[in-house]
Order: sequence, then C-alpha cells, then structure tokens
Amino acid sequence: MGISIRDQMARRAAAEIKEGMVVNLGIGIPSLVPNHLPSEINVMFHAENGIVGMGPSPEHGQEDENLCNAGGYPVSLVSGGSYCDSVIAFGMIRRGIVDITILGALQVSEKGDLANWIVPGKKIPGMGGAMELAQKAKKVIVLMNHTDKAGNSKIVKECSFPLTSRACVDMIITDMAVFHVTDKGLVLSEVFKPYTLEQVRESTDCTFLCK
Amino acid sequence: MKNQFNKITTVEKVLDLFHDGGTIMFGGFGGVGSPPSIIEGMVNKGIKDLTLIGNDTGFPHIGIGRLVANGRVKKVIASHIGSNPVAGQLMTEGILEVEFSPQGTLVERIRAGGVGIPAFLTDIGMDSEFVSTNKEKVVIKGKSYLLETALSAPISIVYAKKADEYGNLIYDKSARNTNPLVAMAGDITIAEVEEIVEVGELHPDEIVTPGVFVNYIVPTEGVNWKWVWE
Repeated sequence: MGISIRDQMARRAAAEIKEGMVVNLGIGIPSLVPNHLPSEINVMFHAENGIVGMGPSPEHGQEDENLCNAGGYPVSLVSGGSYCDSVIAFGMIRRGIVDITILGALQVSEKGDLANWIVPGKKIPGMGGAMELAQKAKKVIVLMNHTDKAGNSKIVKECSFPLTSRACVDMIITDMAVFHVTDKGLVLSEVFKPYTLEQVRESTDCTFLCK
Repeated sequence: MKNQFNKITTVEKVLDLFHDGGTIMFGGFGGVGSPPSIIEGMVNKGIKDLTLIGNDTGFPHIGIGRLVANGRVKKVIASHIGSNPVAGQLMTEGILEVEFSPQGTLVERIRAGGVGIPAFLTDIGMDSEFVSTNKEKVVIKGKSYLLETALSAPISIVYAKKADEYGNLIYDKSARNTNPLVAMAGDITIAEVEEIVEVGELHPDEIVTPGVFVNYIVPTEGVNWKWVWE
C-alpha cells in the first residue's frame, strides 16, 4: 500500500473527529490521523499507558524516555494534558469517555464484529487494550487493507478468527472504500479512486447496501 | 541521609529476597517505567523459573523482557507479549506459559490485590472465549458479567522518579503507568528511584504512592538498554 493511500485513509478517518473529542489511536495507519486534523481543532488524544492530551513526536534529540505512547515511541504532551496510572486510563475507556477509537483489524464482519488480536496457531501477541477500546469507545473506526496478503476479503459475513468484541465496529475505512455498520447491514458510502463499485463488490465477502 | 525508616538499601541487598521459582510483579509499560537496575541484578544473579505479573513482556533487550529472553521465566500473566518475539517463540515451544488478561482488566486485578478486594465484575471480554472460559459469571440487574480475581505477589518491583526516606513516591510522566498499582499489590514492594530525598521534601499533595506501600528504596543506575526509537 502506497503512502498516499495510507494518508487518504487517515485523512478520511480524521474527518470523523470533531471539536472537543477524546480520541484513542492504534498503531500503524491510525497513528497518521493527527497529521490530517485542522490546526484549530481541540482534541485530546488518549493513550492507554496513562496520557490524556498526547502531542506529536518530538524532534530528534528532544525525546524523553519517560514520555512515550502505548507503542513505546516518544511523544509530547499538549497544553492541558495530564498523566494518570493505567487503572484510570482504562477507567476512562470502560465508562465511555473515549469518543472515538481508530484501530486496525484482521477481519470485520457485516454485523460489526471485530477480530484483531490473534491468528490461531500463528500469531498470539495478546489483546492488550483492544477489548476495552472496541467494547467501550463510543465510536469504533477500523482502518485496514480491504484484503489480506493472499487477496482474501477482510470484510466477511462471519469472522473466522477469534473475536475481540461482537457488534462493536461503526465504520470501516479501507484502501478501496468506506462502509458504515447499520441496523440494516453494511452500507457502502464512498469508493476511493481508482476503484469501481464492481471492484469493491468483487473484493468484499458479504453483501452490502449502497448509500 | 538519616535513613530513619531503614528502607533505603541497595540492589545487591534486595536481591537476597529473590529466589528461583518465585513470583514477581513488575511495573512498566513496554519497558518504560520498569526498574532497570533491579532487572539487571536479577539477570546477573541467574534467578530462574520465575512467574512474572505485569502489563507486557517488554522487548527482548528492554525491561522485564531481558529475563524472558534469557529463559528465566516459566510463566507470565500479561496483556501483551507482541513486542517480545522471544516470548512468543517460547510460548509456541511450550516453554513459557502465558495467561492473557485484557489490559484494563489486568491492571484492575492488580489494583484489587493492592487494596484488599478479592475480585470484581466486568463485561470486558464477554465475547471472547479466551477471556470468558472457566470464569464465573454473575448476573447483576439482568446483565451478565465475568468475575475477575485479584492479583498480588510476594515481591513487587517498581520505578519512580523520587522517593523520600519513608518511601512516598512520585513518578515521571508516562513512566507512571502501572507502577502505582503494582506498588500496592506486593507483600514486599521495592521501589527503584532516580532520587532519594529527606522526609518533608516532597509536597504531601504531589505524592502518588504513599510510603506505607513501600518496604525498600534503592537508587537506580539508570536505563542500561537502548530504546527501540534510539
């Protein structure tokens, strides 16, 4: 996936972030989202390791080993930001204070089931904070490739990988298209250039409505 | 320093408390906020067959991950081992037992152990067999919850920015993370700190961990690993 496509996905996710929100970002493409926010917007980025108000990475040489994001990389703190312990950081998630979480996925089902923490027999990194975020953030946005390396759709009727959380995903942004999970099922709202609706259909392993 | 509470000691001395086959709870998140000098001491002393309780297994050369990568650990209770490929490999080979707990549940279990609560209820992980299997379910007002049990340990090791002689602790930015919880959950808690000051020097309002939870204070020699971003 080219840089421009990753940025296109991040930009689309950034458009969901509104003034005053508390937002938690996963690693990978979600970490590019802040680059696409307007400078005047007030957003507090939350990190599971105990930061509210996480700011951009410092300049090389200015890093502080005791100020890192949940992935272990140096960040900064915005004015009005605060530190807390891990219980408080997860208390914020569990009681629904995080407005949006933007994370990656292995599979998402048409009902919004999320599988993003284990590939049985292959990769078992552990769930980290994914279950709390998926279950309790007010809005869950998945940013992922539309298909896996073998070309299989990552949007499926039923997840074959173990679930992180059931019926939790609100929106899926892939390199091809944008979907919303609704009561009526999956709804396609946008198709990214250069793809066509037909190509999206061929690459998606479940039915969906078109907005 | 007067050392009037006899809590200030050295890494070498506290290492006498550690034994093969013991259980150690550790503070830190991806190595940030893990006590480097105590870990170094444990590695050098050859302590083995450990059970570790903490957020994650760090990186192979960072934090508690050094003990894992050196084959000193038989079991970990953690939320994540993904940043330490050696842990994954040892788990696959059946050498390392891993009990996963969702991160927020894990730290709440540690907090519970630290504040005298035997268990608590949560709906986190209800949709996951990995989390919910073999756990008691409790129905409150028609909704089902998992009963998650408290965690504590004979020894807790934490990292803090400053301690006074009594063991009152303050932390440094995101290196706080799990440390205040782990500090409460040890039968014996050892705080490795950047600076030790006399009682009265820390403002009572800024103290995060009251010294009642801290048994020993050891000065740190600082981080002796290279961070992933360096």
